[in-house]
Amino acid sequence: MVVLIPLAKIAIAISILLFIVTYLVYFERKISAWIQDRIGPNRVGPYGLLQSPADVLKLFFKEDIVPSAATKFVHSLAPVISLTVAMSTYAVIPFGPDIEIFGQKVRLIVADVDVGILFILAFASIGVYGLTLSGWASNNKYSLLGGLRSSAQMISYELSMGISVVGVLILAGSLRIYDIINSQQGWMWNAFIQPIGFITFVVAAFAETNRLPFDLPEAEPELVGGYHTEYSSLKFAMFFLAEYANMIIASCLITTLYLGGWHLPFIDSATLSYGLMPLISVMIFVAKVLFLLFFFIWVRWSIPRFRYDQLMNLGWKVMLPLSLLNLMWVALLVYFFKI
Amino acid sequence: MNIEIVAFAILATIGIASAILLVLQKNPVYSALLLILHFMALAGLYLLLNAQFIAVLQILVYAGAIMVLFVFVIMLLNLQNEQALVDNFNIRKIVSFILGVVLFLQFAVFFLVKAKNDIDIKKSPDSIDAGSIQNIGEALFTTYLIPFEIASFLLLVAIIGSIFLAKRKIE
Amino acid sequence: MIPLSFYLILSAAFFSIGVIGVLTRRNAIIVFMCIEMMLNAVNLSFIAFASFFGDSSGQVFVFFVMAVAAAEVAIGLAIIIALFRNKLTINIDEINILKW
Repeated sequence: MVVLIPLAKIAIAISILLFIVTYLVYFERKISAWIQDRIGPNRVGPYGLLQSPADVLKLFFKEDIVPSAATKFVHSLAPVISLTVAMSTYAVIPFGPDIEIFGQKVRLIVADVDVGILFILAFASIGVYGLTLSGWASNNKYSLLGGLRSSAQMISYELSMGISVVGVLILAGSLRIYDIINSQQGWMWNAFIQPIGFITFVVAAFAETNRLPFDLPEAEPELVGGYHTEYSSLKFAMFFLAEYANMIIASCLITTLYLGGWHLPFIDSATLSYGLMPLISVMIFVAKVLFLLFFFIWVRWSIPRFRYDQLMNLGWKVMLPLSLLNLMWVALLVYFFKI
Repeated sequence: MNIEIVAFAILATIGIASAILLVLQKNPVYSALLLILHFMALAGLYLLLNAQFIAVLQILVYAGAIMVLFVFVIMLLNLQNEQALVDNFNIRKIVSFILGVVLFLQFAVFFLVKAKNDIDIKKSPDSIDAGSIQNIGEALFTTYLIPFEIASFLLLVAIIGSIFLAKRKIE
Repeated sequence: MIPLSFYLILSAAFFSIGVIGVLTRRNAIIVFMCIEMMLNAVNLSFIAFASFFGDSSGQVFVFFVMAVAAAEVAIGLAIIIALFRNKLTINIDEINILKW
């Protein structure tokens, strides 16, 4: 039983993740279609619902082309790094409060480590290698430029991301994600207490996941496909999967750090039967994450891409000072009001 | 045969193998990758020693920040493969190799023979608490407050210095 | 239960490999990486002692070593880039204008 529960948790987490990613692609195409007044995928299955599985199947059967000048080992290693890093970060993200199954208390988290948030930041920083190495190993100038851009961009935005997180940590007094969520009961959401930190974190999360308006590493008009120009078949699918998995992680992180996790102002005070509460909590959490995912897609199809120098200016001259300002604001709050 | 010994053996093997291959490797990018692997193995060893915070910090700072800089610079300079170590066995390399081995033997003899009784101690039961963030944070902001401030100043100087060095073209 | 001496000997092995690398390799970046490896070898013995004595001072020291290493890498790589711009090489045998 001791081994069984973590294994079950891992299996459930990964299958949910893969399912959400598959349908996230579908919804991205549908939402973009609505935004641009089109219909979107509607041929495969009812309302095009089988489009994404069909796409995955197609990628499986494609020929895997490796350029003859590429560094073969690193070329294959890079997508694996991207995907592994993206998947393993889920281990420390909780999806709901403790529940009881067959008389045993189960936490809805794969591994409850006491350095949770640092663990996520550490793995996010490892993820840079996937993009950088794929750019280098392809031996293609567009790929190399994409890889270099991605590493510069991610290092720059990691700073403001880390400093915004420090504001949350001061209020929660712990690095454990459970404690961070439980410090935001009722109206005490971090998004209300430290709005500047919330904004800098969201912008940095967009940059870290390489989504538009910050998708410079794969800017199509200038760099063909960026770091994954030379990738096809399953290796391309891995990059694709990693990108969407990173998007889900970013949404989960924003929810846990700033939007109160599974807490909602009026639900907490309401008296509900004990069995129903965990279910509602999980649903609240999922609803918040889904809204943020919609927000990611919404922004992607509404805002044009930044120029590279604008991106760097924004990162170093706007986001970093703003996140430092937020840190001072939180420190003053704690000093004067003892929250 | 408990799991701790197995984990130690695997991590030590990975660490030593990646270190040796790093020195022998022709291509700097491969060397950098092996160094990342080496740091990961070290992070695992830190976990075995109940130092969770330092283990995560090792990945975050070394593997995530410092090595990204290395890889970035290697790609920026686009270095060609330099001559392999085995190609030209000159006298300097042989002497340095012998020196390194002698240094290692010296350490090993010291730890196994001379200082055997001093370091033959049981792991302290406090070790789990010693690695917790609370304890490290408390030590860092009370006993070691001034070194901490100096370290932050050092980092500031490093930022300014590296911008100055990398930006200016020396005439 | 792994005795302390195992960790210390492992740390000594890492350190010695780093020394050999610094002495034999001529590529400035690889020499630099070997220096990082030596710093980490010392960190390992710090952590081992901290854990066996149940004292967090050793871990605080490792924290400082990391801060210094980060500063050192930033400066060192900037120097390497500046050198490469001016001399188009990072072979440390050819960088000898300070030698009289």
